Amino acid sequence: MTAPIPRVMVPGSVARNEVFAVKAIIQHQMETGLRTDSSGVTIPRKIINRFVCRYGGIEVFRVDLHEAVSANPFFEFHLRATESARLEFIWEEDGGATYSLSHDMVVA
Amino acid sequence: MTGWTRRQIGGLAAGALVATAAPHIAHGRGRPRVVVVGGGIGGATVARYLADLETIDVTLIEPNPTHVTCFFSNLYLAGLRSLDSLTFDLRSLAERHRITFIRMRAVAIDPTARSVVLQDGARLGFDRLVVAPGIAFKLGEIGGYDEAAAEIMPHAWVAGPQSELLRRQLESMEDGGVFVIAAPANPFRCPPAPYERASLVAYYLKQFKPRSKVLILDAKDRFSGQELFQDAWSRHYPGMIEWLPVQFIGKTRAVDAATRSVVTEGETFKAAVANVIPPQKAGSIAERTGLTDATGWCPVDPLTFESTLQRGIHVVGDAIIGGDMPKSAFSANSQAKACCFAVAAALTGSPRFPPHLFNSCYTFLAPDDAFTNAITFAPKDGKIKTVKMFISKVGESAKVRRRLAHQAVGWYSAFTADVFGGVS
Repeated sequence: MTAPIPRVMVPGSVARNEVFAVKAIIQHQMETGLRTDSSGVTIPRKIINRFVCRYGGIEVFRVDLHEAVSANPFFEFHLRATESARLEFIWEEDGGATYSLSHDMVVA
Repeated sequence: MTGWTRRQIGGLAAGALVATAAPHIAHGRGRPRVVVVGGGIGGATVARYLADLETIDVTLIEPNPTHVTCFFSNLYLAGLRSLDSLTFDLRSLAERHRITFIRMRAVAIDPTARSVVLQDGARLGFDRLVVAPGIAFKLGEIGGYDEAAAEIMPHAWVAGPQSELLRRQLESMEDGGVFVIAAPANPFRCPPAPYERASLVAYYLKQFKPRSKVLILDAKDRFSGQELFQDAWSRHYPGMIEWLPVQFIGKTRAVDAATRSVVTEGETFKAAVANVIPPQKAGSIAERTGLTDATGWCPVDPLTFESTLQRGIHVVGDAIIGGDMPKSAFSANSQAKACCFAVAAALTGSPRFPPHLFNSCYTFLAPDDAFTNAITFAPKDGKIKTVKMFISKVGESAKVRRRLAHQAVGWYSAFTADVFGGVS
């Protein structure tokens, strides 16, 4: 059993048209599906297979992930502040579980 | 499991030393004098093994009458060991092994006059000096973290009153709070220890304050035993331990003791309990004596552990630039024994040997789940390099891990008996 903990870091407020950094990390073991347990049985793959960021409901960033991804995947990317709107972050896990966070971006 | 007796371990190892270190003392002068500064693991081992040769007069200078081991102190923090069980009496070590024990601080070393100045102004001459100063903190690298702040946001990186303070804070913490560990950049004392601490604090919280969390703010992007720890955290403490690397949080710039906050370049993290482990350097007497280089640590000849900056002075333990050797108690003990051979050879003409250097550690993930490493080292091109290494793996059975947790307790008794010459 794992219990991933997502976290994002964005500036408190930004000026209109300013380019700002977004950092997103999730605590996740990332089971590759290539390991066996101590009795030789393959441990099923369980990784975060997709990470998506939406800004004002529009998808602005998406990554598809595969077995070679590290534990606790960390993304840093940049967005342009066009309007005060909600930032949504969604991590999708093998098996269908999702983990999400949101942040209301204030554009001065 | 009862530990090995002192006689078994000490007898074997000291016997090996005595057999090879023939006591050739020049006629017309007394026994050579060795002064050891610092009564931690490295210093106590040097004092004990040199004294057991019975060819050298050994004086140990250390202000504390007892030594509390840093290793196993995370078990104390989690309520699994008493601090007493980690405390060793240097006075009885001195008595049993005919070491002159001076309970004072060494304030200065005069390498030219070959003397140590004690806190009362007295001077103590030596033929060879061994300095085992341990670590000091680079206070000032984290703004606002000074000795006063350390009483509010303890480092507990030197076992003793700081460990007790952190334990009290953990006990009085309300359920639902965040226990923040600010972990330092390399190199520092005991690389896996911040993460062992996170594990055992989570073990305590899971039982008594299950809504609480552990947050590690790391000055690194990778850490020692990372896969083993992360595997254990998801098995034992799902959702309780969050680790944030420096690339996410940015460098830790400051602390605010008034609000128990840790300020990184990216964000301010407020803690219920803040365990701030500052960046480290060699103990201050090493710096004052000119034994340290620009790194803040002591460069040594890996064959003899003699300082490359001050001839006739040896340095062992966490304070040295140990190459591949981690800053650990077992490393200090192993270096101390190699240093004893070199010092005895220099003073009594006993044969010289290439040092055999080892590290062996156990790290607890939970009371019944521990992992281990065993590494051999050898000097190569002036540096200490790894020769062979064993480390536990992710996916080992619970039975194997239980056995390791059990072995760790035996390791502790045997190892401390080797260092301190008996049980406290």
